[in-house]
Amino acid sequence: MNRQLASALTMAACMVFGFAHAQKTSVQSIEEYRAMLQDGNPAELFEAKGEDLWKQQRGPKKTSLERCDLGKGPGVFKGVFLELPRYFADTNRVQDMESRLLTCMEVLQGFNAAEIAKTPFGKGEQNTITALATWLAGESKDGKFNLPQQHPQEKAFYEVGKRLFFQRAGPHDFSCASCHGQDNTRIRLQDLPNLTKNPGDGIGFAAWPAYRVSNGQMWGMQQRLNDCYRQQRFPYPGFGSDATIALGTYLGVNSKGAASIAPAIKR
Amino acid sequence: MADPMRIRAQLAGDKANVRVLMAHEMESGQRKDSAGKLVPAWYINEVTATLNGKVVMTAEWGPSVSKNPFLQFTIKGAKAGDKVGVSWKDTKGESRADEATVS
Repeated sequence: MNRQLASALTMAACMVFGFAHAQKTSVQSIEEYRAMLQDGNPAELFEAKGEDLWKQQRGPKKTSLERCDLGKGPGVFKGVFLELPRYFADTNRVQDMESRLLTCMEVLQGFNAAEIAKTPFGKGEQNTITALATWLAGESKDGKFNLPQQHPQEKAFYEVGKRLFFQRAGPHDFSCASCHGQDNTRIRLQDLPNLTKNPGDGIGFAAWPAYRVSNGQMWGMQQRLNDCYRQQRFPYPGFGSDATIALGTYLGVNSKGAASIAPAIKR
Repeated sequence: MADPMRIRAQLAGDKANVRVLMAHEMESGQRKDSAGKLVPAWYINEVTATLNGKVVMTAEWGPSVSKNPFLQFTIKGAKAGDKVGVSWKDTKGESRADEATVS
């Protein structure tokens, strides 16, 4: 072997090794960065705001949300997050945390629910719902998901959610399962959990609402799902729509027994 | 009025480890809105920390500090029960002061 070729081979080997080495450390440094973020999760600020909003007398009727029934009876807020979405007899609908809060704001406080549902995320009363959902998730932190599946509508929502998860459409012919249907995949540096089964404690459904460091926004599950649809170039499904609640039911039932870490922090 | 801060002051030996979360937009003055207009700068530019009323740290901040900033520092010679106060002032002249007990 001539010397030139030998040195070229050595260089190539160094590059391969160097690349693998750099990749490992960048993953490690991301882990480190995430660990650092855990300490000062700004979601706490939203939790404090949500707790305050729950007790405040607001809206045209000047009442608080302290009589709001989130599934465990009026005013009960501990543990409700772990059993939503569920069927509610008064609205005759399966509802998730955010759509149920909207119902309470309409019925108890006299807000216009249709108007709030049309408000973009991060604006006006949408911020109220996000803060409330963040606080309520925090009140169930470390608890295990156990969504009810007794009512026929709850079963139907699970089935519909499952079908929506695998439904391929849009200009990219994408489905939720395109990204979230396999183990150990990622996009760039983002791990993609397999959401067709229980992804484990604090992953997927068990990690939202979450604070996103990159844009300084607090996101609830509704915004998470709406944005997944945006990324797939689907039409906007609408806030609190049956489609997003069905997907939430599917993800939540799959996460049965997984511990919630919400409100979490994301890159 | 501005939203409250979250202050935790944890004793480790003769030092208190103070962690502060502030709720603030921290607009840098560099961003443009959807209409293409510059979003005016609005950020915290003065931070003061006190231990039992005595100033132990002052900081001058600029527009590059993140939204909802997190600040961590240690105070030497702190004891359990001491009061740690943190206050900030922003470029609009708004301010906020909160207190926590060392534990």
